[in-house]
Amino acid sequence: MKDFIQQLKKTAHLARLNLTEEEVEIYSKQLEDILNYFQKLQELDTSNVEPMAHVLPLNNIWREDEIKESMDQELILMNAPEVENNCFKVPKIVKED
Amino acid sequence: MGELNSIKEIHDLYRKKEITIREVVDYFLKKIKKFDPLVHAFLKVDEDYINREIERVEKLDLNDKYPLYGIPIAIKDNILTKDLTTTCASKILENFIPPYDAEVIRRLKEKGAIIIGKTNLDEFAMGSSTENSAFGPTRNPWDLERVPGGSSGGSAVAVAVGESLLSLGSDTGGSIRQPASFTGVLGLKPTYGLVSRYGLVAFASSLDQIGPFARKVEDLAIILQSIAGYDPKDSTSSPNPIPNYLELLGKSIKGWKIGVPKEMWEKGVSEEVLNVLKESLNILERDLGAKLIEISLPSMEYALPTYYLIATSEASSNLARYDGIHYGYRNKEQKDLISLYKVSRGEGFGSEVKRRIILGTYALSAGYYDAYYLKAAKVRTIIRKEFESAFKNVDIIISPTSPILPFKLGEKIEDPLQMYLCDIMTIPVNLAGIPAISVPAGFKDNLPVGLQFMGPFFSEDKLLQISYAFQKIVDFSEKYPNLEMR
Repeated sequence: MKDFIQQLKKTAHLARLNLTEEEVEIYSKQLEDILNYFQKLQELDTSNVEPMAHVLPLNNIWREDEIKESMDQELILMNAPEVENNCFKVPKIVKED
Repeated sequence: MGELNSIKEIHDLYRKKEITIREVVDYFLKKIKKFDPLVHAFLKVDEDYINREIERVEKLDLNDKYPLYGIPIAIKDNILTKDLTTTCASKILENFIPPYDAEVIRRLKEKGAIIIGKTNLDEFAMGSSTENSAFGPTRNPWDLERVPGGSSGGSAVAVAVGESLLSLGSDTGGSIRQPASFTGVLGLKPTYGLVSRYGLVAFASSLDQIGPFARKVEDLAIILQSIAGYDPKDSTSSPNPIPNYLELLGKSIKGWKIGVPKEMWEKGVSEEVLNVLKESLNILERDLGAKLIEISLPSMEYALPTYYLIATSEASSNLARYDGIHYGYRNKEQKDLISLYKVSRGEGFGSEVKRRIILGTYALSAGYYDAYYLKAAKVRTIIRKEFESAFKNVDIIISPTSPILPFKLGEKIEDPLQMYLCDIMTIPVNLAGIPAISVPAGFKDNLPVGLQFMGPFFSEDKLLQISYAFQKIVDFSEKYPNLEMR
């Protein structure tokens, strides 16, 4: 259980999700139940089965490389939580030494 | 004025000049005002937007070019509508205004339809009860203490109570068919690739499909005709030409071979549901002349874990876009980028969405990928092949749409695995990519029960044909829940 909680916290970090301690506790119990149930799949022999990523046979669809109208910058930025000089604004990502 | 039940009724009134578009829209808006405080099917009804919609359609004429002329359609709030908020019932998209229309919306408008509002759903379409909405649950109009199913619960209820004549939902694992069953309306999940997903907010891209709800099979065919067909903006869109979906309606299904998979009619199906649906089987055989053939789909019991691994894996990737930067909720207190992501997402997403993102991230992560995601992708192949071989011997496969009657609010919300098990009849269809319809088959203690018809790839015309034949005999299309008393 303790191992699983560590794994859960690591997974949440990979998914860029902040979880409260309470959420970690609830999720760890629920996800263990769910994953145990999913073990059922191991009953099936799939050694000679190809995995399927998509339903339809997808082939490359070619088209002419034509210039088409694209969306206005204004429309693209209109839902952004913070904008500066027509750019998306983010916190500083370069560390100062 | 009596109830407006079909496109034909409304178009006849338009032709005779007995009603105007505005009067039709007002008729439905009045119902929204009256019933929505009880059922909460809608997240947004914007009268200014609707007025612009009416003015747009008033300039057109009622003719074959506009099969949806002056017909109100409600839209699940995970389908983008330009200038009208699209929230996915999530706090993270609470104020999101799409800069463009989804392809299905463009097509509906082109055919003369009027977008009347946006309907409630489980957040990001993740759920089977519409309880996971950040803006409060939708209630089942047949019993307000019960859930309407999900995730397209709002779209199903809007049609069931007559707040809108038609609606669109999306179906990743049963999200159209199960709420259709729970609310007593028709719901169609098309073949994967038949309807463009451009502008549908992605949950699990290899499973998601948009589809319609309606009261009458003919209307289901008309709306499908309007939205189906190749769209270069969706790279998984099928280039196949589409048939005339009205052509086979009214034709006999005598001699059709109908597969009854024993796995879907025995274990785990409640007595109440079985009792109603056994009569449906009789009707198909006795009244419609179809042949019932018992078949076996032995891997059905593996469909549920397969689905939840694939769907959550794809979701964990698709929902990475909600980063607090490009659009959506942002916690503005954060000083570095990683904290900005983590806190914005942690606060913006609801608990089921976070649970699924974690499950999917886990299933895809190093050390677990082979045992979970890859295994599920292989089992998916097995399930698809089982359907393919079954359809070599039968025309249609039938099952209950839901193994149980609509359940009470709060009954399953604390136990996600129990909630997932609600989808056991509908998810095999999404894994295989085939089309299916849920048709109202009867009632048990005033709660609706749905019957599911499944067909081979691109067999929507045949599914509509059999549904039409069935509805000729078992017709609830003019039956409404009694909300007037309250």
